Amino acid sequence: MNMKLVKIDKKQWANGLEDLRNSYRLFGPVKEKDYHSFKALAKDEQPDLSFSNSRLSPKTLLFPQSEAIIEFSLDENDADHHIMKSVEKDVSPQAVIGVRPCDAKSVRLVNLNFDTPEYRDPYWADVLAATTFVGLACDEPKSTCFCTSVDCGPYSEEGLDVLLVDDGDSYLAKVLTEKGRSLLDAAGWGAAEAENTDLADRKAAAEAKIASTVTTDNLKNQDLMTLHGASFWEEVAFGCLNCGTCTYTCPTCWCFDLQDEVHGKAGKRMKNWDSCMFPLFTMHTTGHNPRGTKTQRVRQRFMHKLKYFLDKYDQGIMCVGCGRCVSQCPVNIDIRKICNLMNAYQADNAACVEQE
Amino acid sequence: MEDHVLNPYVPYPVRIDDIEVATEDKSLKTFKFVFLNDGDEEKFAYQAGQFAELSVPGVGEIPIGIASSPVEKGFVKFTVFKAGVVTSHLHNMKVDDIMGIRGPLGNWYPWDLLEGKNILIVGGGFAFTTLRSSIVYMLNPDNRARFGNIDVVYGARTPGMLLYKDELIAWEKRDDINMHLTIDAPADGWEYNVGFTPPITEQKAPQGDDNTYAIVCGPPIMIKFTLPVLEKLGYADDHIIMSLENRMKCGFGMCGRCGIGKELVCKDGPVFTLDQINKTPREY
Repeated sequence: MNMKLVKIDKKQWANGLEDLRNSYRLFGPVKEKDYHSFKALAKDEQPDLSFSNSRLSPKTLLFPQSEAIIEFSLDENDADHHIMKSVEKDVSPQAVIGVRPCDAKSVRLVNLNFDTPEYRDPYWADVLAATTFVGLACDEPKSTCFCTSVDCGPYSEEGLDVLLVDDGDSYLAKVLTEKGRSLLDAAGWGAAEAENTDLADRKAAAEAKIASTVTTDNLKNQDLMTLHGASFWEEVAFGCLNCGTCTYTCPTCWCFDLQDEVHGKAGKRMKNWDSCMFPLFTMHTTGHNPRGTKTQRVRQRFMHKLKYFLDKYDQGIMCVGCGRCVSQCPVNIDIRKICNLMNAYQADNAACVEQE
Repeated sequence: MEDHVLNPYVPYPVRIDDIEVATEDKSLKTFKFVFLNDGDEEKFAYQAGQFAELSVPGVGEIPIGIASSPVEKGFVKFTVFKAGVVTSHLHNMKVDDIMGIRGPLGNWYPWDLLEGKNILIVGGGFAFTTLRSSIVYMLNPDNRARFGNIDVVYGARTPGMLLYKDELIAWEKRDDINMHLTIDAPADGWEYNVGFTPPITEQKAPQGDDNTYAIVCGPPIMIKFTLPVLEKLGYADDHIIMSLENRMKCGFGMCGRCGIGKELVCKDGPVFTLDQINKTPREY
C-alpha cells in the first residue's frame, strides 16, 4: 500500500464528491438545528465538515435505530402467508465522509458482536462490507474527549479506509486500504501527491490537546466478581434517571430488541435499539427482574463496557473515548470517573464481594 | 443458499401438527411441529438440552426448551406454559396453523462428558421438557449402554401437574432407570412418593462421586433447597449441571439482554455447571 499522502485541493472537493455518486451512495455529517447527524447526502449536498462530532454516532448507518429485518403476510389468501422472509437491503457500495477516528474504531468493536465465528448478522455485516469510511482527523478535540487513553486517538486509523487531514486550502488524504484507494480514484483525487508526507507533528499536536484521560491498566487484572460487588455502585448510580441517553449516543452500544409490527395483513419484524438502562430489557414474564434496580442496570452498563467486554475479547475496553455519554448525560454521570474507580478498586473486606 | 442458513433471524416455516393439553390446569400445552420444507428437519439437528425460538409472525418470538428428543424423527415438540403475550397467543392457535422455529440455539447437556457416568436428574414442575428430551435420548437402545445408572427425581404439585405422565409411568416399569416421582400432598390412587422434591432427592438419590453427575431443572424455590441436598450427598459444584433462563430476543448472542457477566445465557448457556454459575453475577 502506497502510504504517501494525497493532496485534495478543496476546489476539487465538491466535484469529486459528485463523481463519487456514480459508484457510491454518499453519507456524511449534516447540521440539523444545533447538532450534526450522519445522513444520506442529497445530490449537490455537501458534508459539513466544520463539526466537532455528531450528536449520535454514525453507527446509525450500519445499525439503524429501527430497522425492518423480516417481512410476512398474514392474509390467508396469499400462498406464502405466515412465512417469514428476510427484507431485501440495499447493499450497493456506500461511502461515509467525515467519520471521526473514534467512531471508526467503534465499528471494529461492535463488529465483534455482530460478526462472530458462529453467527453473522447480515443486516450489519453486509452493509459494513459495502461501506468505505473516509475519516476526518480531529485537530480541535473537545474537553470531553479521552480517546488517547483508550487505544484510540485524534489521528487513529483503525477502522478507516482513508484518513483526511484538514490542511487549509486542501485535505491531505492518507490511503489506508484498497477500498480507500478505489474511492480516491473514483473521485478523481488520486493524482496529486502532497509535498508534506509526514503527519507526525500534526498528530502529536492534536494528541497533546486531549487533556482528559482514564486509567485502564489494572482492569484486566481486577477480579470480575470483586468489581461486580464493589462498594461504589450505589453512589455511582445515585443520580441516574435510567433515561438511556448514554446507550443511544454511545458508538459501541449494540443492544437491540425484536418487535413485530402489523398493518392490516402485512407485517414486519423490527430490530430496534434497546438499552440496559431500561427495566423491561431484562424483565421475565413472571415479573422477576434479574436487574430490577437502577443500580444493577448502571453497574451492567459499566461492567459490560469496561470489564466483561475486555475479559471476553481481550481487545481493550468497549469505549473509544468520544465523550458523548459524558456531555449528554442529564445528571453528569462520567464514565471517566467510573473507569478510574474500577481500575483502582480494592475490596475493603470480604463483605464487598458478597452478592446481594 | 437459503435465507436461514446465512441469516440466523429467519425461522424455518413449520405447521402445527398436534396440540395436547399437558397439565390438568390447562396452563401447559405440548405443540408438535412439522417442518414445511424438505431438508429443514435435518438442518435443525439438535441435542438434548438446547432450545429454539418459537416465532409467531405478527406476535413475536419466545425461547423454549426442546421437549422432543434427537432420537425422535419427523417432528419437534415443545411444551409451553401460558404466561406472556406470545405463549398466550400460541395457546389459542390451531392445528395446521403456520408459524416458524429458529434454532436449535444454545449449548446442551454435556453428553460427551456424561458418557460412562451415572446420571441423576432432578426436575420440578414444568421444567421437565429438556429433561424429557434427555431421558428419551439416554433410554434409546443405541445410547443406553453409554451411560451408567440413571435416577430421576421428578416432583409436581399433584399427579395431574406432572408432564408426560404416560411416559413417566412407562419408565417406572423399566429396570434400566430408577424413577422417583413425587407430589406435594397425598392424592387418591397415587402410589409413588409424597413430599417436595428436595427431601425426596435426599432420601432416594444416589451419593455423589466423581462418576456421578446431577442435572437439575426446576423453579427457583426447588433449586434453592435442592442444591444443599446435593452438596450433602457429595455432589461437587462441577458435577451439578443446570439450565438457566433469562429474557431473550435473538437467542444467538447479539441482542445483549441475557448476559450474566461476560457469559450470555442464550449462547454460552443455557447449560452451566454450578461451579460456572458461582463465578458469574447472579443476574438470572
